[in-house]
Amino acid sequence: MELKRINDYTWEIPKEGDMKVPALIYTSAKLLESVRRDMTLKQAKNVACLRGIQRKSYVMPDAHQGYGFPIGGVAAFDMDDGIISPGGVGYDINCGVRLLRTDYTERDIHERRAQLLAEMSKAVPAGVGKGGITRLSRNVLLEVCAKGAEWAVENGYGTREDLERTEESGRMEAADPSYLSPRAVERGIPQLGTLGAGNHFLEIQKVSEIYDEQVSRVFGIDSVGQVLMMIHCGSRGLGHQVASDYIRLMENKFGIRGLPDRELINAPIRSQLGERYYKSMSAAVNYAFANRQMIAHWVRDVFAKVMGSSEGMSQVYDVCHNVAKFEKHKIDGKEREVCIHRKGATRSFGPGREEIPEIFRSVGQPVIIPGSMGTASYILVGTSEAEQLSFGSTAHGAGRVMSRHEALRRFRGEQIKQEMESRGIELKSTSWKGVAEEASGAYKDVDEVVKVSHKAGLGKLVAKVVPVGVMKG
Amino acid sequence: MERYRFLRHTADAKFQAFGTTLEEAFINAALATASLMWDWEKIEKKIEYKVEVSGKDLMQLLSSFLEEIIYLLDSKMFLLGFPENLRIEKKGSLHVLKALFKGDKYSDKYKIHGDVKAITYNEMEIEQNVHFMVQVVVDV
Repeated sequence: MELKRINDYTWEIPKEGDMKVPALIYTSAKLLESVRRDMTLKQAKNVACLRGIQRKSYVMPDAHQGYGFPIGGVAAFDMDDGIISPGGVGYDINCGVRLLRTDYTERDIHERRAQLLAEMSKAVPAGVGKGGITRLSRNVLLEVCAKGAEWAVENGYGTREDLERTEESGRMEAADPSYLSPRAVERGIPQLGTLGAGNHFLEIQKVSEIYDEQVSRVFGIDSVGQVLMMIHCGSRGLGHQVASDYIRLMENKFGIRGLPDRELINAPIRSQLGERYYKSMSAAVNYAFANRQMIAHWVRDVFAKVMGSSEGMSQVYDVCHNVAKFEKHKIDGKEREVCIHRKGATRSFGPGREEIPEIFRSVGQPVIIPGSMGTASYILVGTSEAEQLSFGSTAHGAGRVMSRHEALRRFRGEQIKQEMESRGIELKSTSWKGVAEEASGAYKDVDEVVKVSHKAGLGKLVAKVVPVGVMKG
Repeated sequence: MERYRFLRHTADAKFQAFGTTLEEAFINAALATASLMWDWEKIEKKIEYKVEVSGKDLMQLLSSFLEEIIYLLDSKMFLLGFPENLRIEKKGSLHVLKALFKGDKYSDKYKIHGDVKAITYNEMEIEQNVHFMVQVVVDV
């Protein structure tokens, strides 16, 4: 495969064969090695073949092989002539990250880290097979999917200020829960307000470095040593069911002939099925917003109980990592609405965009990039350049380089816990196996990922945070 | 013959399941999927669910069949021990699978060690040489 180096952080796969546009990869020489080893680049080329794709098929610095679209894939499609694809969003719809600030410093909580984690694991159900605390009726579940985080706030979980500091204000208006299948609803009912498993986690963090003081202050991140809380989870079984349902409906309606990969199944945006998928996906997005809103509320409760107060624990921001949206972008000098797919990518809007809250509009939106277990995470700020470079998108995490199976062979959960404790990080998990699978050695170097984002201009570094306590799902 | 074998995959779990018949390969694929979450051999067979799925082709049938395991876990907290009486038939243009899922409801006596989010078509293969082999990548 021809790979043309554009600059130190950008490579291009020129248009060939059925590709309608080139593919553009934001990476470094170092990260490119692992990207070349799996199917990432082939998948980026496949995306470039889809109908109505605009500008380029983009690949973010943390990309790895997905199904259909690569994880870390960004693509925009023409509203009239283009497609929408469940595989371009992913199974965990609106898997995302929420960040809370606190007025505490690491010193304040040091002695009570273990207690905080113990209380959090009581307050927030985690792991596979664990039901939520609330048993909902079908009608309430549908209301959650229609209103998102707004439903949670109306029901006593958190504040209206949280909504303002959530992507889409915590609610995608397009949601129509009446298009959810009975199965999606059934899977959603017991799981609202649960963390899940896999790579999902709650993390107590401390700020270790501030790169941009002016911007970090706008975000509510004031000083090195300040304690933050990060929440990483998504739409659970409900979102997965929406993806599976629509993949199947689209297959049955449009067939799979001519697709380079069955997971690239799609529907025209303007078709009935395309519109229904968008409305169902939006309902799953809302479910995930409500989920993180409830968990954030319980996390505050735990701080109030253990530390005496949760005052000052306002939300920095909440971002989606797996989503499709209609957004306006400048293409060939003209502003047009397109359907953006961000699969394992974070929106990274710069100053002035009307979609971002007024409080951030002068600097750009917060971009939250979690590392792997036990490693640093980063807060970045969106840029105006990113709109031209990647339709306003950047990386979403470290990105795996090693299979879970391989990780299990190489790492022991108990050892990882010991090693983390020797670095001052408390760990609580429902499964040793899960700990080994999520070992940081199985992931790309998140430091390198955010460096590429910064240097390429996709999102600029604001602060680095490191974990002091991890509750793994 | 071994029931199933896991292969390398960067992000997800990939396995091959084997059988002298297509039915047996499907049973072993179900066990491989369950093995990512719990030890199916240790699940008591106290509860049963009748499962019936259909597919326009065998791949769709396989993915719908394996999805039943996740659906029953999420909605009923059901842990599959073994899929019994599994039959695959052709009805018109559809492949239809019927089986009886035997297992137990999740409780503290069982250990769950992993999550399967979804069954994917990625690198899915269904082959017949001397025996049947199905290959599946699941999103974990």
